[in-house]
Amino acid sequence: MARDRDPGREIIPAVQKLRIQHAKRDRLRFTSHRDFQRAFERALKRAGVPMAYSAGFSPHPKISYANAAPTGVASEAEYVEIGVVQVVDPEKLLAVLDEVLPPGLDVLAVVEARTPDFVARLEASHWRIELPGTSQETLQGALDAFMSESEVLVDRMTKSGIRTFDARTAVIRANVEMGADCAILQVVVRHGVPAVRPDDVLAALKKVADFAQEIPPRVTRLAQGPLLEDGWSVGDPFTLDREATQA
Amino acid sequence: MTVQSVFPALEQLLPRVQKPVQYVGGELNAVVKPWDDTIVRWCLMYPDAYEVGIPNQGVQILYEVLNERADTLCERTYAVWPDLEKLMRENGVPQFTVDAHRPVGAFDALGVSFATELGYTNMLTAIDLAGVPLHAVDRDETHPLVIAGGHAAFNPEAISMFIDGAVLGDGEQAVLAITDIIAAFKSEGSPGGRDELLMRLAKSGVMYVPAFYDVEYLEDGRIRRVSPNRPGVPWRVAKHTVMDLDEWPYPKAPLVPIAESVHERMSVEIFRGCTRGCRFCQAGMITRPVRERSMTTIADMVANGLEKTGYEEIGLLSLSSADHSEIAEIAKGLADRYEDTQTSLSLPSTRVDAFNIDLANELSRNGRRSGLTFAPEGGSERIRKVINKMVTEEDLIRTVTAAYASGWRQVKLYFMCGLPTEEDEDVLQIARLAHEVIKAGREASGRKDIRCTVSIGGFVPKPHTPFQWAAQLDHETTDSRLYKLRDAIRQDREFGKSIGVRYHDGKPGVVEGLLSRGDRRVGKVIEQVWRDGQRFDGWSEHFSYDKWMAAAEIAFADEAVDVNWYTIRERELSEVLAWDHLDSGLDKEWLWDDWQDALSEVEVDDCRWVPCFDCGVCDHMGTEIQVGPTNAVMLPMPVIPSRVVANSGT
Repeated sequence: MARDRDPGREIIPAVQKLRIQHAKRDRLRFTSHRDFQRAFERALKRAGVPMAYSAGFSPHPKISYANAAPTGVASEAEYVEIGVVQVVDPEKLLAVLDEVLPPGLDVLAVVEARTPDFVARLEASHWRIELPGTSQETLQGALDAFMSESEVLVDRMTKSGIRTFDARTAVIRANVEMGADCAILQVVVRHGVPAVRPDDVLAALKKVADFAQEIPPRVTRLAQGPLLEDGWSVGDPFTLDREATQA
Repeated sequence: MTVQSVFPALEQLLPRVQKPVQYVGGELNAVVKPWDDTIVRWCLMYPDAYEVGIPNQGVQILYEVLNERADTLCERTYAVWPDLEKLMRENGVPQFTVDAHRPVGAFDALGVSFATELGYTNMLTAIDLAGVPLHAVDRDETHPLVIAGGHAAFNPEAISMFIDGAVLGDGEQAVLAITDIIAAFKSEGSPGGRDELLMRLAKSGVMYVPAFYDVEYLEDGRIRRVSPNRPGVPWRVAKHTVMDLDEWPYPKAPLVPIAESVHERMSVEIFRGCTRGCRFCQAGMITRPVRERSMTTIADMVANGLEKTGYEEIGLLSLSSADHSEIAEIAKGLADRYEDTQTSLSLPSTRVDAFNIDLANELSRNGRRSGLTFAPEGGSERIRKVINKMVTEEDLIRTVTAAYASGWRQVKLYFMCGLPTEEDEDVLQIARLAHEVIKAGREASGRKDIRCTVSIGGFVPKPHTPFQWAAQLDHETTDSRLYKLRDAIRQDREFGKSIGVRYHDGKPGVVEGLLSRGDRRVGKVIEQVWRDGQRFDGWSEHFSYDKWMAAAEIAFADEAVDVNWYTIRERELSEVLAWDHLDSGLDKEWLWDDWQDALSEVEVDDCRWVPCFDCGVCDHMGTEIQVGPTNAVMLPMPVIPSRVVANSGT
């Protein structure tokens, strides 16, 4: 049919996949996942990345996004995989892509994908939750109460209504620090279904202890990756790809 | 004195509002300059939500033109939604720019671009949130000048009490001239204060300053006269016209937002002005004469813009894009250049003729052919003569047949309801037209799944058009005609299921009519309705007809006029119109004659192809028609080597 995209048009298969770690910082932490996708696709265009496209009516560039941090949450550890039709130099891609992305969306590392099951390797996240106006003692008390429970049910509004789930079991490790104008909660959370997010942990703290938080917290995902042998440290998910490249 | 960012305070509020990303800025190609390095600081506002305002070409152009000056900085602000407005008031956070989150009250000038009058209430919110007095008369040296621009500025009388000035016409050179005057004034130590600065601006003719004009009324409510109340102020203020678009190839680095916007594409303006002479069309009347951008500049702007933005779609903008003298060469040239890429081209605002189908086919060479849009505007041949939209039914059928035959599945037709001299029958003709369109389309394409969508809205008479004297149709009759049309299409047993109808009720048009042909007395209505909480009038879920009518009731209590007086009343030639002292170049006698021709169903041609018929613009403004062809050739794009591919050099 002449009216549709020419089916005879050649679909060039991807010759290489690359995995990209990027940050979402400062005011751009308010970007939603959809916003980021659009900005990222345009950045790939400006960078002249020879993207592979899907077949069909309206071809899409081959990009996979994993475990995006919620809107309003900053991150040092977001991961994207892209497919390209010409072999790309990861170091050049890192430099050029970072140059064309707005400040705040910063490219931190690029590796060639040499191993399967990348998303499965993202086992846990390390979050830093800054709570302005909260004292260290109050937070420590709430955390102690939370950690002493074996299960703390919280509610979250989803598209299909309120969902109730346990926010405690996924928390592998947590501690409290003092920051300049706030108490800081450091927490390592195992990924699961549904994913327990920082606001779920805070909701659970409020449930088990007399703990109010007036000012919105500042949350940053510091790391995302495999759980290391100690059972609570979050490792670098690119390690296997780097080793495979060097081998 | 440097100015602090309000972001730390705003940041606390953002997690509590819808779509916070619209308030954080960070657009690609945005510019932030150190405050203290500049003398003149502009804030530009598009008075609607960020997603609507960010793609606005007027703001993007002036933003760049101003920021290119070393002594000037320019930032942007947009209307904040009521959820954030409430939090800002509770927490003392002022209206802010999205670039560096500086408080709007600290700037020298706040330029507000009005594409439509429905942004007036949002301007009041912004002024108030900025901590600037609502009334111009209460402002002092510490407050920005509030300057209106855009098409609605050709009659800013309804907002005259809230603005310090209005700029008519093209803004590129005007903002620079205003900046020169502000810079000189400030470097002299601001002698004579705000009044002196406004006098300098008014005397130069660059800007209309309402405070320097008095309006007197007759007992029956009509205007007696409008006259300057200071020596040295011109009796009439003229519009600005940029005469060489190739010298002003803006935006050079279009803003690309991170948030989603209503136009996810890059726009390139291919010409300005239109002399088709459609009598309802204010844009066509006030932007004369036609000035084309050359094919070479257009091609350069497209190439540069794509590189700077990463957009995948290009819109070739103008009031009637297929009228560019080299549109076929431009379309083919661009289609050739971007044939093997994912880039697509679009041409909004196309005329009803077969040539446009060839063009549309060219532009969609390697894409989907989903829908084409045409605007016959009037349902009957008779009414099309009244509005001077020279399209015969034969043209229309031939055009849509060609469209369906070359694979387009859906044709959208735009119409208006409430045009002068219109009867029910003129509107009901639309149902018959749509029927014929589907019939011809099925024959031409051999398919039954083709569709035709009829989109119809109420007509609002606008200043500086031949219909400025016309009575607007009341909303009850407008709505009843729309329902009759809808029912007629539903009753079409043969093709009714292939025809969609989209219509807007007549009530918002009444408010638009009140504001667009309003005078200074209408300002009180705007203030009243705003105080009653009215915001975002362009959004049907926020618009409230009842609130507007209640506000008008209060505001007009002691006046000889009411809403009907402004809207459904026909005017005489002898009446002083609220905007007569604002000069669009159009000769009032010529407009009146054209109005009389409309009533006699006499058409007028386009002055690009026939001798001048003295509308007055070129004579008066010292301008001339600028059209090609240039006979230039668009060369294939040079291939730029990728910077990221391995072994591609260093």
